[in-house]
Amino acid sequence: MLDLINVSYDTQIPNNVGLSSDKRVLKALEKWHPGYINWWNDLIPDNFQKSLVYLRTAVSVDPKGWAKFDYVKMPEYRWGVLLAPAVEDRRIPCGEHAGEPAWQEVPGEYRAMLRRLIVIQGDTEPASVEQQRFLALSAPSLYDMRNLFQVNVEEGRHLWAMVYLLHKYFGADGREEADDLLRRSSGSEEAPRMLGAFNEETPDWLSFFMFTYFTDRDGKMQLEALAQSGFDPLSRTCRFMLTEEAHHMFVGETGVGRTIQRTCEAMNEAGIEDPHDVDAIRALGVIDLPTIQKKLNLHYTLSLDLFGQEVSTNAANAFNAGIKGRYMEHRLEDDHKLTDATYPVWDFVEGKLIRHEVPALTAINMRLRDDYTRDAAGGVGRWNKIIEKTGIRFEMKLPHESFNRKIGVFANKLFDPEGKLLTGAEYDAGINHWLPTKADGDFIQSLMKPVYEPGQFAGWIAPPKVGIDNKPGDFEYVKLYMA
Amino acid sequence: MSDTSTVSQDSAAATHAAPGRIDFQTDPSRYRHWRVEHDGPVAQVFMDVDEKGGLFPGYELKLNSYDLGVDIELNDIVQRMRFEHPEVRAVVMRSGKERVFCAGANIRMLGGASHVHKVNFCKFTNETRNAYEAAAEESGQTWIAAVQGSCAGGGYELALACNHIVLTDDSTSSVSLPEIPLLAVLPGTGGLTRVTDKRRVRRDLADVFCTMEEGVKGRRARDWGLVDEVVPNSRFDEAVAERARAIADASSRAAPRKGIALTPLERQFNEDGSVGYSLVEVTLDRAARRATILLKGPEAAPPADMAALEAEGARFYLLRLARELDDAILHLRLNETELGLIVLRSQGDGAAVLAHEALLLQNAEHWLANEILHYWKRVMKRLDVTARSLVAVIEHGSCFAGPLAEILWAADRSYMMEDEFEGDNRPVAAIRLSPGNFGRYPMANGLTRLQTRFLGVPEAVEAAEEQLGTPLEAEAAREMGLITFAHDDIDWEDELRIFLEERASFSPDALTGMEANLRFAGPETMETRIFGRLTAWQNWIFQRPNAVGTEGSLQRYGTGRRGEFDMRRV
Ligand SMILES: [Fe+2]
Ligand SMILES: [Fe+2]
Repeated sequence: MLDLINVSYDTQIPNNVGLSSDKRVLKALEKWHPGYINWWNDLIPDNFQKSLVYLRTAVSVDPKGWAKFDYVKMPEYRWGVLLAPAVEDRRIPCGEHAGEPAWQEVPGEYRAMLRRLIVIQGDTEPASVEQQRFLALSAPSLYDMRNLFQVNVEEGRHLWAMVYLLHKYFGADGREEADDLLRRSSGSEEAPRMLGAFNEETPDWLSFFMFTYFTDRDGKMQLEALAQSGFDPLSRTCRFMLTEEAHHMFVGETGVGRTIQRTCEAMNEAGIEDPHDVDAIRALGVIDLPTIQKKLNLHYTLSLDLFGQEVSTNAANAFNAGIKGRYMEHRLEDDHKLTDATYPVWDFVEGKLIRHEVPALTAINMRLRDDYTRDAAGGVGRWNKIIEKTGIRFEMKLPHESFNRKIGVFANKLFDPEGKLLTGAEYDAGINHWLPTKADGDFIQSLMKPVYEPGQFAGWIAPPKVGIDNKPGDFEYVKLYMA
Repeated sequence: MSDTSTVSQDSAAATHAAPGRIDFQTDPSRYRHWRVEHDGPVAQVFMDVDEKGGLFPGYELKLNSYDLGVDIELNDIVQRMRFEHPEVRAVVMRSGKERVFCAGANIRMLGGASHVHKVNFCKFTNETRNAYEAAAEESGQTWIAAVQGSCAGGGYELALACNHIVLTDDSTSSVSLPEIPLLAVLPGTGGLTRVTDKRRVRRDLADVFCTMEEGVKGRRARDWGLVDEVVPNSRFDEAVAERARAIADASSRAAPRKGIALTPLERQFNEDGSVGYSLVEVTLDRAARRATILLKGPEAAPPADMAALEAEGARFYLLRLARELDDAILHLRLNETELGLIVLRSQGDGAAVLAHEALLLQNAEHWLANEILHYWKRVMKRLDVTARSLVAVIEHGSCFAGPLAEILWAADRSYMMEDEFEGDNRPVAAIRLSPGNFGRYPMANGLTRLQTRFLGVPEAVEAAEEQLGTPLEAEAAREMGLITFAHDDIDWEDELRIFLEERASFSPDALTGMEANLRFAGPETMETRIFGRLTAWQNWIFQRPNAVGTEGSLQRYGTGRRGEFDMRRV
C-alpha cells in the first residue's frame, strides 16, 4: 500500500506521491532532473558544493517530526516531492463551487488560470537562490551560512514541488513551463524572472535577512492563499511548503534582530546614545539603526508590490473559481463567495488618499496585502523590544504602504514614509533619509567579511540565542571544503 | 440578482455619460497615448497609453489597453507618417511600457459602451489597421511590430496588421487571442482573419491558438507562423533596429526627403448640427433622419507641376476634399448615430475636378500624387463600409467627375436631374469619367466600383471606358447604367421626397444588413472577410446575452464572476 506519510526513497526523487507507480510523471521528472542539477551546480560556488552542510531533510510529512538533521553535500540533497496528507472529504473552500468536493484533477475550464498561478509561484522559488548565490562568500558565521543554505535547498525543493504539479497535471505545456522555470534567471537581461522583486540584487547579509523576513513572507501569504485552493494537489503541496517557509522567516527575523542587538550593544559599550550619530556608530563596525530602517523601507515596499494591483480581475477570477482562497479562508465566517460583500481599498482621488469600498471579490489582493502587513508588523514589534531592552531610543516602523511603490494606485507618485504626498523637490530632499543610498550600501558591504571559524561571529551581528537542532554555540554547521 | 447592485465600478461604466463630440482631428502636440521618434528612414512609434486618458469616464486604460481615443491618435500617426514623413521606409511599433506590448481593447470600456459605439469603434480600428498594413505596398512604408511583454487580443491584432512581427524570446512574452476563453467575444479587429488569411496559420493550430488564454511564446510562435522572428531578449533592440534598417534599405522606392504638413482643417461646428468645411458642407434634417453632404468643386486651376503641388500641400483641392470628407463621414458615424440617410451632393466644375485628378494621374509615380490617390481610395472605402443608406443626388451644376464620380457607385442608389429645370440656370447635370475610375480607387474586394457594379456585364465597363472625359447627361448615364434613376423637372421633387421618406421608415438594422450585402458583390478578399464575415459575427455576438447580458461575459468581466451562458447552439 502507498505510504503517504513517510517519504519513499525507492526512486531517485524522494516523494510521498507514489512516483514509482506513476511512470509517466517519473519519466518526465527524471528528464528534468539533470537540468536542475546543472542549474544548481552552475549557481553555487564550487567549494560550497563540496562542503558538508548540517541540513534538515524532510523524511515525512507528519507535522510532528517531519525532518531529520545531518551533514550533506548540497548537490546530494534529497530534493523531493512532498504533499501534506490528504484531508478526508475535503471541499472547495470558496467561490462559486464552494462546498463541492475538492478537485483531484485539473478542471478543464480553469486549466490556464491554474497553470499561470503555479508558474508564477514556481518562478519565485529558484529566483531567490539566484539572488543569494554569492552570500556564502561573506557569511558572518558558519551558523548563518548553514541557514542560508537551508533556505536555498528548500527553495530548490519548492521549485520541485511546482514542477511536479506542472508535470503531473499539465501535460506537454506543463513540461515546457517547467523547462522555462530553469531558463529564466534573476536579473537576467535575456529572460528575467517574472516578478520585479525577484530581479533585484541581494548584495549583502542585511538584505538577505530583510528579504527572508519580508519577501519570503509574501511567499508565505501566497502559499497560504494557494493552500486554500479547491485544486487539492496544489493545496496539499502548499501546505507542506508552509512548514518549511516558517524557518525562512525565522532566519530573517532573527537575522535582523541580531544585527540590531549588536548595534545597540556596541553603542552602549561606546557610550553613544544618539542613534542618529551615524558616523560614530559606523566607526564601531556596526550598522546604524537609521540605515537598518532604510533597508526595511526598501524591502517592505518591494514586497508590497508583489501583491499586484489592489483591484484585480485575475485575483477575483481565481477566488471565484475556487483556485486561490483568502488567508485563513477556513477560519473566516462568511459565505466564502463574496457575492455581496465589499472591502475597502486604497484609492487616490483628487490628490487625496482614501479607502473606499469595492466589491470584495475584486479586492482579494488588497485583502491579502492587509493580512501581510499585519503579519509583518509582528517582527517589527519584537525588534523594537530588543532596542528598548538596551535602553536606546529608537523605533523601527513599517513605512506607509504608499511609499516607494511601483505597482497599484500609488505607483509613480511621490509619497514619504508617512504617506504624505510630496512634490518632486520634497521627495528628492528626503529620499536619502528613506531609502538606502549607494554610500549606505558601500558601508554595509565593507562589513561583509567572512567568518568561517566555528562559534565565531562577524562584529556587526550578535550570536543567536540557541543553535539549530539545539546544537552548542561552537558547533561546526558547515564543514568547509578546502581545496 | 442584478450585477449593478454589487459592482459599483461596472455600473459606472455601464452608464457612460454621453461625452462631448468625438473629434477625429488631432496632432502630435496633443497626443496622450503615443510618441513618435524619427531617425531618417526609420521611425519608432511607442504606444504608451495614459491610464487616465480614456474617452469616457468609468474605466482606466491599464496595461496599454485602448479605446477609440487611443486609436484616433494612431490613425493620425499613420496619416502623418505618409504625408509628413514620406522619407520613412520602416515604422517600428512598440510599447512604451515595460512587460506589456498591448492588452487590447479596454474591456470595461467595451462592457460599458453602447452597441452602436462598439460597432463603430471596431470599424474605425479596422480601418486604421488596414491603412498601416497597406502602407508597405502603397507607399513603401513597412510597419514592424516589436513585441516585448504580453501582446494579447487587440494588442496582437495591432501586431498582425504590421507586415513583420518580431517577438522577444524571454520565456514570458507571448502573443495571444484570448477573447473567446476570457470574454466570449471574437478577436474582431481582423484577428481571426489575419491569422488564417495573412499569416496562413493552419486552421487547426489557429483553433488551438484562439481558444488558449495564455497564448504562444518563443519558438512555437514562430513555428506556427504567429510571428516572423523570435530574437534573444538581450539582443532585442539591436535585432529590431537591424530588421528595420534592412527593411528600409530594401525598399525599392526612392524616398522623398521632405513631406508636406497636414495643417489643421478649416472646420466649423454650428448649433444646428451643421458642419462647415472649406469644400464640404454637412447639413442635418433630424426630423427626416437625414444628413446631406455637399462637396464643392475646385475654386481654381490645378497647380502647374509637382513642385507647385508640393508647395500647395494640404491646400491642394483633392487632398483638402479628402480630409474634409473623411472627417465628415467619421463625425456622422460616431456623433450622429440617428441619421440613417446620407445624401451626397456636389456643386462645381466637373472638368476642373478632372484637371486636378489628371495632374495626379499623370504623375502617379510622384510620392505626393501617389499618396493623395491612395488616400482618396481609403476615403471611398470608408464610405463603402458606412452603415447608413447612401444616396447620391446628381443635380444641375454638380461635379461628379472622376474621383467624385466614385461616390455615385459607392452610394446605394443615385438620382439624376434630367433636362432643364424651370428657373434653374446651372449647367445641366452631367457625369464625367476619368482613367481613375478604372483602377485607381479599388474597393475592398479588389475590383473597381464599376467592375463591381457591372459584375454580370463586363462589357458595360469597357463601354464606359470609351467615354472618358465626355459629359454624360442623364439619358446617357442611365443607359450606360451609371445611375439608378433620372427624373425631369416634373417628377424630381416628389420622387426624391417619397424615396427619402420611405427609406427613413425602414428598420435601420435590416437596411444595414441589406446594404452591406449588396454593396460588396464579387470576390472575397481578406479585407471583405474582415468587414463582412468577421465583423458581422462579432456584431451578432455583441448583441447576444452570452456576451452583453447582465450575466454575460463582458458585463461580468472584472467582477471575478464568470459569464453565464445560454448553452444552446444557434
Ligand atoms: Fe519558497
Ligand atoms: Fe522561502
